[in-house]
Amino acid sequence: MSTWTALLIASALAFVLKFLGYVVPASWLDGERTTRITSALPIALLAALVGVQTLTSAHGTVTLDSRAGAVGVALVALLLRAPFIVVVVLAALVAAGLRLLGFP
Amino acid sequence: MSTALSPERRARVIRQALSVAVATGTYGISFGALSVASGLSILQTQALSLLLFSGGSQFAFVGIMAAGASGGPAAIATSTLLGVRNGLYGLQVARMLDVRGLRKVFAAQLTIDESTAVGVAQPEAAAARLGFWTTGLGVFILWNVATLVGAIVGDAMGDPRRYGLDAAAAAAFCALLWPRLKSKDAVAIAALAAVIAVLVAPHAPAGVPVLVAACTALLAGVWRRAHHDPAPPHQWPHDAPGTTGTAGPETVT
Repeated sequence: MSTWTALLIASALAFVLKFLGYVVPASWLDGERTTRITSALPIALLAALVGVQTLTSAHGTVTLDSRAGAVGVALVALLLRAPFIVVVVLAALVAAGLRLLGFP
Repeated sequence: MSTALSPERRARVIRQALSVAVATGTYGISFGALSVASGLSILQTQALSLLLFSGGSQFAFVGIMAAGASGGPAAIATSTLLGVRNGLYGLQVARMLDVRGLRKVFAAQLTIDESTAVGVAQPEAAAARLGFWTTGLGVFILWNVATLVGAIVGDAMGDPRRYGLDAAAAAAFCALLWPRLKSKDAVAIAALAAVIAVLVAPHAPAGVPVLVAACTALLAGVWRRAHHDPAPPHQWPHDAPGTTGTAGPETVT
């Protein structure tokens, strides 16, 4: 599958999901179990992405490098209620700084 | 249908919407740079911001594609699962906006975390509509301009690791996750998902670990005690008058 194909399919599906909300009767998704799953789904996905992006290399091997330090600082910033953009820039600066000092 | 807003009230809603738009939109620079660093062209990067237009899904897509074009199906699946919440926002926003025809298409495309949150946070229906459209359009325009800047600058500056852009992406996912960790259940699901993803990573192609970890969300469905959070988005302080809550008639939580 080419990158363009994947990109267009992902975009089409993203729009279909957004549009469904405007045409599907709200009562269809009111079930208690459905609500619990749809509420937990973004949590599981985002946490998995944090884990993979912080602790694995491009080939999937588990590695501990400057990213872990950067994400640690980002978590402290979040605890201190820093805004989104500050958290992200801070993490980039910490990782860049650690690598400048010779860490992997 | 609804009473007009006072000029002061209008200005306040617009100020709130624009501050959210600027804070979110400028971050498109990181997306543009990261996407080009992941091997996508400037045109492909821009197409994602114009067509897919959902930050979390876009980052997930390029993050998985970075490992090679073979990640296509997993990139599509992860980006789509992350987009499920936009459909849920649409359910709420549709009743608030009361749009028809082509405007429905535009409203759907602009339905993201930020526009929904600002819209539904307003107590009056008119302010909710103003908040939704101003935030949605503001984020869309700024996010796309910033994406282009990031894609061009990022392309010109070489190895993104030198600037810590890989860590920036991880931190962005942390910041997107943070507001959702309101209960011990949510924290437990997050921790379990992260551990599973990292354990699966060495044994599966890119993107698959995230999908496997997503199954922990099913736990919340079958195991009633695992998850008591309200339906997303959790940040809504209250519903706008005239709209009913998602939990059914006269439910107060």
